[in-house]
Amino acid sequence: MSNLFLRNRLARTSAACLFAACVAMLVPAMAIAADPVAVSISKFAFTPAEISIAAGTRVVWKNADETPHTLASRDKTFASKALDTDDTFEHTFTDAGDFSYFCTLHPFMTGVVHVHKQ
Amino acid sequence: MTMSDSNRNDAAPDLARRKALGCLAAWTGAAVVWSVAGGVPRALGATNSGGMPAVSKNALTFVQISDTHIGFHKEANPDVAGSFRRAIADINGLPHAPAFVVHTGDVSHLSKAEEFGQARELMQELHVDRVHTVPGEHDALDDGLDGYLKFFDHDGKGRTWYSFDQGGVHFIGLSNVLNFKMGTMTSLGDEQIAWLKRDLARLPHSTPIVVLAHIPMWTVWEPWGWGTADSAAALALLRPFGSVTVLNGHIHQALQKIEGHIALHTGMSLAYPLPTPGQAGIGEPGPVKVPAGELGKLLGTRQLSLVRGQRELALIDTPLDH
Repeated sequence: MSNLFLRNRLARTSAACLFAACVAMLVPAMAIAADPVAVSISKFAFTPAEISIAAGTRVVWKNADETPHTLASRDKTFASKALDTDDTFEHTFTDAGDFSYFCTLHPFMTGVVHVHKQ
Repeated sequence: MTMSDSNRNDAAPDLARRKALGCLAAWTGAAVVWSVAGGVPRALGATNSGGMPAVSKNALTFVQISDTHIGFHKEANPDVAGSFRRAIADINGLPHAPAFVVHTGDVSHLSKAEEFGQARELMQELHVDRVHTVPGEHDALDDGLDGYLKFFDHDGKGRTWYSFDQGGVHFIGLSNVLNFKMGTMTSLGDEQIAWLKRDLARLPHSTPIVVLAHIPMWTVWEPWGWGTADSAAALALLRPFGSVTVLNGHIHQALQKIEGHIALHTGMSLAYPLPTPGQAGIGEPGPVKVPAGELGKLLGTRQLSLVRGQRELALIDTPLDH
């Protein structure tokens, strides 16, 4: 969205300025904001249950079940509220490490996020 | 015709055990006769008489309902309030009015104040003096049990476990829906087990005991968390008593298990059915969708009666469609 806004605003300026702005601003922005990674909560399981991501990546969980689920990391760095059907929870992992998590209502549902340095 | 009748005059050496097994004598509204094999009863099949067994006038009678999930509105049951109302009509129409009703948890679906409020309003339509509730894990979302306690604080102490005495029976309500730990089943927790020990210490062992708790107090199916990790510690405290009946919900179906003098029963839901434990081809304990005409056969209530001086406790499971 911010890129789109930027582009609309910059369209009113000269082509040379636009080129300079793209180089100066858009390239660093793209390096920081990697695409979010999706994890589905379906049939009482996290899918994929194990993911590996670079630090700074956002992970989005979405509940596809008719039963509410939660997720909470074992080390308590993140925890969602109860997610009803189609509700989502997201968390951006800034530090490297292995983060195991589970559904606090159905603790047999477990997953792990491996975060490596960029 | 019942196990309790056939066992009562039996002079076999293991009389006590067989008498305890007699507690299992249970009927459904469709008059299914239960038999006992290896400590676990199995339904033999429906009898021809569809009538409900008469209840002794001297008995303390109460009704168990469970898992109303007020707020659920998905395909498995778009009208859970309507199902609850049908159960209320059944209970209000019983020829022998029950002393009270117990609700073994998952009153609400998402712990919302409006769900608790609607459930409490529905309960007020019951023609009984009191509804005793214990919480389910669906009543403990986000704020723990604070939201539940605003509507269902049993004795004003801000606790979800309690006990009371009625008709010579000691009733205990427990909460096993807060202590979920990664990769394990739920638990009661040390504080509650210590309280249970103190609560039982003052009772003679001849006192009949009825325990209410949401999640089964025995391991029904561990891969789905259908059990309580520290239930053995609680059952050990109950074991010296001559007649112990544990009533659970959570798994949305009627199952029984006997351990010595302890009979453990799960009850039907009033919202939607769940698979049988580990049911092949399903894989997870989510709501089971059945044709509209089938749902009322899988939801229902349970009437229980205890006669002073008798160890046997009669259970009648009645589906909404009967």
